[in-house]
Amino acid sequence: MGTADVDYSEFDAAGARASTDELKLIAALRQGDEAAFMALVELYQTALVRVALMYVSSRAAAEDVVQETWLGVLQGLSRFEGRSSLKTWIFRILSNRAKTRAVREGRAIAFSALASATDDPAEPAVDPSHFYPPEHEDHGWWLSYPRSWEDLPESRLLARETRAQIMAAIEALPENQRTVISLRDVEGWTSEEVCSVLTISETNQRVLLHRARSKVRRALEQYLTEM
Amino acid sequence: MTIQDLTCQELVELITDYIEEMLPAVERARFEEHLAQCTGCRNYLDQTQRTIRVLGALPEDSIAPVVRDELLDIFRNWKRG
Repeated sequence: MGTADVDYSEFDAAGARASTDELKLIAALRQGDEAAFMALVELYQTALVRVALMYVSSRAAAEDVVQETWLGVLQGLSRFEGRSSLKTWIFRILSNRAKTRAVREGRAIAFSALASATDDPAEPAVDPSHFYPPEHEDHGWWLSYPRSWEDLPESRLLARETRAQIMAAIEALPENQRTVISLRDVEGWTSEEVCSVLTISETNQRVLLHRARSKVRRALEQYLTEM
Repeated sequence: MTIQDLTCQELVELITDYIEEMLPAVERARFEEHLAQCTGCRNYLDQTQRTIRVLGALPEDSIAPVVRDELLDIFRNWKRG
């Protein structure tokens, strides 16, 4: 798969060091522990495909890149010293593989869009029609309050149909917003981890997260109102 | 300082900075002062926080068995060295 020519030990640098759990996992992998490997796959496969999708054009290409990444991880394992966390190291390998692939595809890398997230035209979190217009003395205030969800049972919010609506809203987001909200809010990554893996600034990360969360909230509100 | 300092329309754009605890102290005070006086914005914040909770409760995609098998093959080949 053409990964043998790359020395991945160079990606093992900076950032948080590997945790004790990760070091144990690495030791198990080196001993050829299949269950340890599959546990690692379980942990990162979804996120790896998500991030790969930011660079390449199709899901199939993304899955290819992820497969190359796992091979790269295994091949680099003997030289991995835990100077970075295992997670960071794996995702650096992914970015490297995905960028190579994107170049081969002749694809403009989606990151130019990410890098300029704050230059995009403003996307208001709430449609301006929900507020008093500029010429009104109360301009910028709610015309009518957003509904309280206090009385909404948690079971309603977590119902399968509600979750389906939310997943559809995530799918409808631009790629970069979808990746950030998925990693932050679905996978539970910290902003530092997202910035490091996507090589974006903290500010860009927050802008993308803000836009994504605002749209998902809006979709949820719309769905709950229609009920 | 009065609630006029920050409109609802401005507040909703600061909500992520607020939740992420990235607002400077003065802005944070303004934000919270507005919240204390505005039911609409309290509802909006609550909606946003609940949205985030639901996002955190979404099931993660499961890995297709064929992908799992391929990766297991890769691992076994690597192990054989």
